[in-house]
Amino acid sequence: MIKQLFVILSCLALGHLVVWAAGIDFPGSIIGMLLMAAGLQMGIIKLDSVKEASDALISNMALFFVPNGVALMLYFDIIKSEFWPIVIATLVSTLVVLAATGWTYQLVRRIRLNRVLKMRRLQQSNR
Amino acid sequence: MGFLQNKFFIIALTVAVFYGARLLQQRTGKSWGNPILISIVVLISFLKITGVSYDTYYEGGKIIDFWLQPTIVALGVPLFEQLKAIRQRLWPILLSQVAGCVFGIVACVYVAKLCGASEAIILSLAAKSVTMPIAIEVTNTLGGIPALTAAIVVFVGLFGNLVGFGLLKLFGVGDAKAQGLSLGAASHALGTARAWERGKIWGTYASLGIILSGIVTAVLAPLLIRVIM
Repeated sequence: MIKQLFVILSCLALGHLVVWAAGIDFPGSIIGMLLMAAGLQMGIIKLDSVKEASDALISNMALFFVPNGVALMLYFDIIKSEFWPIVIATLVSTLVVLAATGWTYQLVRRIRLNRVLKMRRLQQSNR
Repeated sequence: MGFLQNKFFIIALTVAVFYGARLLQQRTGKSWGNPILISIVVLISFLKITGVSYDTYYEGGKIIDFWLQPTIVALGVPLFEQLKAIRQRLWPILLSQVAGCVFGIVACVYVAKLCGASEAIILSLAAKSVTMPIAIEVTNTLGGIPALTAAIVVFVGLFGNLVGFGLLKLFGVGDAKAQGLSLGAASHALGTARAWERGKIWGTYASLGIILSGIVTAVLAPLLIRVIM
């Protein structure tokens, strides 16, 4: 377990190092996630040496949100005064995300399938 | 009542409340009984009743909070495990995530502005679709209120979990992979939980949607906000 934590925390620290060295305003943890995926892909990190700890973190991640959520008690006034803008903007943009993601996937997929079909037809007619 | 401010008590209490809330959900199987939501309500009520301040609570809470960042790093493991699936359909997957992120943020900002929301609120809403740890990090970067983002992320997740499939059908999104990606991108882990209930393809693509929309949002949100605010 210590080794697994060591690998995960090292990726996190490296991610923060990258952010600090590059002087950019970006979450170091996300760089750390990409470093983890890259390390596994290149075989620098073995899946066995992170799998258990990462599964444990991911399956319990809901707990780690709770303190952030409790901070809501500091913002009751803002939420009360801007309740409807928050609700409407959230619902509308959630619909937009659902539709835009689904439509784009289906559209791009169809364009690429058509291209493949056309190529096959060309190859057959050349024979 | 000094012991109520002891940070070890606060940590134990938070874990206990969460554990109880999760047991409750497992027993009842209702998605509205979201353990995060119940824990937040119970803990805020506790603090209000006992008069313990949030700053005092956070002395213990930050120890739990710390684990969010290692958890984001841990998401690199499922990302690696799904690289093969991503590579097979690289362009449809990537472009759909970028489209969902861009149109979602633009719609969110403009609708909020139209309804007269203040800047702090708009900045807190921008990252609301993505998985909680990333949403909180992005809101921090943007200068919004992470707590508000946290609450809205849960709300969005419940919404996607309850009506996501119905809406996708309404929009004419019938492809299983497209449905999975959309649910993951729009309503993170809660939408993905619903996707897994339907089947493996939906679940796998929803998991992909969570991670990729998180990365895309972390990269694009600060740029987009600078342009449209």
